[in-house]
This record gives sequence, structure tokens and C-alpha cells, in this order.
Amino acid sequence: MLIGYGYIGLFLIATILFTLSMVLIPIALRLIKIVPDKPNKTKNDAFECGMTTIGKTWVQFNSRYYFYALVFLALDVLAIFLYPWAVGFRNLGWDGFIAALVFILIILVGYIYAWKKKVLEWK
Amino acid sequence: MMMPDFGTGARIALAPLPPDWPGGFWWHWLFFTVLVLAFVLSMVMGVIYIERRVLARMQSRLGPNRTGPFGLLQAVADAVKVLIKENIVPAAADKVVHWLAPVVAFAPVVMVFAVVPFANGALLADLNIGILYVVAVSSIASVGIFMAGWGSSNKYALLGGMRDVASIVSYEIPLVLAILGVVLVAGSLSLNDIVQAQQNIPFILVQPLGFLLFFTAACAEINRSPFDLLEADSELTAGFHTEYSGMKFAMFYLVEYAEALAVSAVVATLFLGGWQGPVLPPWLWFLGKVFFVFLVMVWVRATMPRVRIDQLMAFAWKCLFPLALLNLLLTAAEVALWPGAMPLIVIPINFAIAGLLIIIWSKFFKLGWGRVEV
Repeated sequence: MLIGYGYIGLFLIATILFTLSMVLIPIALRLIKIVPDKPNKTKNDAFECGMTTIGKTWVQFNSRYYFYALVFLALDVLAIFLYPWAVGFRNLGWDGFIAALVFILIILVGYIYAWKKKVLEWK
Repeated sequence: MMMPDFGTGARIALAPLPPDWPGGFWWHWLFFTVLVLAFVLSMVMGVIYIERRVLARMQSRLGPNRTGPFGLLQAVADAVKVLIKENIVPAAADKVVHWLAPVVAFAPVVMVFAVVPFANGALLADLNIGILYVVAVSSIASVGIFMAGWGSSNKYALLGGMRDVASIVSYEIPLVLAILGVVLVAGSLSLNDIVQAQQNIPFILVQPLGFLLFFTAACAEINRSPFDLLEADSELTAGFHTEYSGMKFAMFYLVEYAEALAVSAVVATLFLGGWQGPVLPPWLWFLGKVFFVFLVMVWVRATMPRVRIDQLMAFAWKCLFPLALLNLLLTAAEVALWPGAMPLIVIPINFAIAGLLIIIWSKFFKLGWGRVEV
């Protein structure tokens, strides 16, 4: 079974080389003057529908999905724990069902709390 | 009436194929690496052609029809055009991030196809955690998209990248939970085993609600219309790839359609029976199902208007997630009730419950009537 991961690793290397070559081909073509390279100040400005951009882009601004990310973490851990449970479920039977139900209910308390606290609203 | 027998029972009858199918580790690797790369590139071209032509027909236009017979060479002409376009990098951009973003976005999408079976046992690596691998790898592409948004030093691009992360974070949960229903019935994570478990009945009949949830969440995750908020032209010019031109822009175009192709392939494998089918060769069935799922995606794009960002988030958290949990518990109860083979009566029961749940949720959860607080 472990041989599969060898394939995956080698395939990852092949894919990255392939993708890099696709980005590097235009550079090679630029060196032999097929791809034009005529930068100027206006062209290299940030595009903003004709306006000159004001101030820096990388400022702090209120990222609204901070709370989403917290809820996401809890629920994603729930989902990952459920994967091995789902694979072996036929051997676990109703005991496994009850166990998973209790587990899901514990997480659901947090979910309902987040909903009641209006965390799930995008304001 | 014959008792159909799906789930683990059906799988034992079929002997597993040896992992080194054409013979030898390196030959197997070389064959499937070339095959997967060629498959992705050629299929993406075909899929772009289908999207442009079918979408045009749905909007009473002609679409590209001048280059080659029926406009078939349009994608080739576009590829040559973007290859010799000037590459413009904004002066204020984070150059390294800007360069690497297309690579980071494209590589994971191709990696997904490493575990998708084209025929029985014909896949690069039959991982025993196949579908978990797909879920894990496919979400890396959004890192590339966020890198593009961040590295461009453009406010629209940054907003687009932020929105992408927000939608990925929201739709990952229903997606993962919808897959769990299939895993419960099949009893395995390997994609080849899941296809073999659908020998008699495709899982779309056993898991109608799971299919709808997976399809919706996957469309949102790859930012297909109506969830394409990160490149909403009317708000953000072109979103995360505003500052991209030439080949790097083409890479993001490729990523978009390769992702759509990956979702079509995974949906075909999980819910439509993958390569299973009578008469025709298995790979042809697989291709046909992939194209069919993609056509449905084009149809959805032509039909639905784009949602708002608050609607997008609310839809994931308040509609899809509870439905996915209920679907999971329902499936688990059914599997516990009939651990061997499920009877046919499960299919109408599941369809009825799916319809009922969707009606209940659509009654107290409305997207179309302005800002309705749920």
C-alpha cells in the first residue's frame, strides 16, 4: 500500500516541474524577443478602473471570517474524526452510532451557541 | 425481485487488480503521469470549448465558431495568444508571491487526478485514503489563489482573495460531511473500492441529498457561478487575477476549468458509478459521466444569478451544514439497520426524506428576498 505514496510523491515533483516550465516558457521567449517587454510607469501601476490607487494595499482591515475560522476549526476536527468511524462503521453497529451521536451533539452545542451569538452573520 | 447488493458485500466478489497495472513501478508511474497530464490539459481545452458553446446557446448567441471547424481550434488559438502576450507585473507587487501563485494553484488540482480511477484499477495510485487525499489536496489550490490576491498589491485582488478564503472555510464542512455518507455506504475511502461498491446501484440513488450537498458545496468551493464572488466582475473588476496577464493569467484560467473538471470527475466517481456501465468500455463511461456533470454545471451557471457575500456565507452555515449532518445521521442509521446489503426500499425513503428536508429548509431560509435574518 505504501507504494502508492511513492507514486504520489514522484507525481508531485513531475507536476511542479511541468507547472514551473509553463511559467518559465514566456521568460525564455522574452529573451529571444518573441514576447514583448516594454514596461512603463502607468502600465505597472495597480489597476483600479482608471483611478490612481490611494495608500498602501496591505493595511489592516477587519477580516470578518475570524469567527468563521474558529467555528470551522471545531467542525473540521469533528469531520476528520468521523472519517475513520465511517470506514469501520459496519463493524461498530449501533454502539458506534450512539457514540458518534454523542460526539456530534457535543460539537452541536458550540455550533448553536455560535448561531445564537450571531457569529454566523456576515456584517 | 432481486435483492441488489451494494456496499462491502459486492466488493469481495471482484478480485483487486495488481497495483502495477502495465507492469513495473517506473513504467506504471511514467504511463499514468503522462496520461494524467495529457488528460487534464486536453480535457480542459474540451471543457472550455463546451462551456463557451453551450453557454452561448443557452443565451441565444453563437459562441466561438470561426477558428477551425465549429470553432474547435479556438482554445488552441487562445493558448498561442496568451503565450506571446507581454507579462506585466505591478511595480508595487510582491514579485516572488506573484510569480509563484499560479504554480501553487495549478499543481494541487492536477494532483487530484492521481487517485481518480479511469477504469478498474487504472489509476496512478490506489491510495487507501483516496477521497480524504482528494479533499486535502484540492483545498491547497485556494492558497495559490490567496497568494495571487495578496501578491498583486491591488485592493480588488486582495478582496477577491479574502472572499475565496471565506468561501473555502465555509463550504469545506458540508463538502466533507456529504462525502462521509458515501464512505459509510461503501465502507472504504479508496476511490476504486467506492466505484466497485456501486456495481448494481450508483450512489446518487442511495444518497440523493448527499449528492446535492456535495455538488453545491463543490461548486462554491471552486467558485463556479452562482458562487463566483471572488471574481465578481461587477464589484471587483476581475478579482484575484486582476493584475495577471499573459501565461500566468492563462494558468489561472486553466486552474478554474481544471478544478471544474476535478469536481466533475469526483462527482462521477462518488455518485454516478465512475467507470461502471454496460456495453461501452469503462473509460468511455467515465468520460461520458464527467462531461455530463460538467454540462449540469454549465446549465447551473446559465440559470442562476450570482449570490451576495452574506447570502453565500449564510447558505453554507445555516442551510448546507445542518442538512449534511442530518444526511450523515440518516445514512449511518440505515447502514446500522442493514449492515449487509441494503434493500431497494431505501431509495424511495431517501428521496422522500431529501425532498422533505429541502422543502422545510426552503420555508424558513430564503435567499431571494433581500436581507432576511434567519
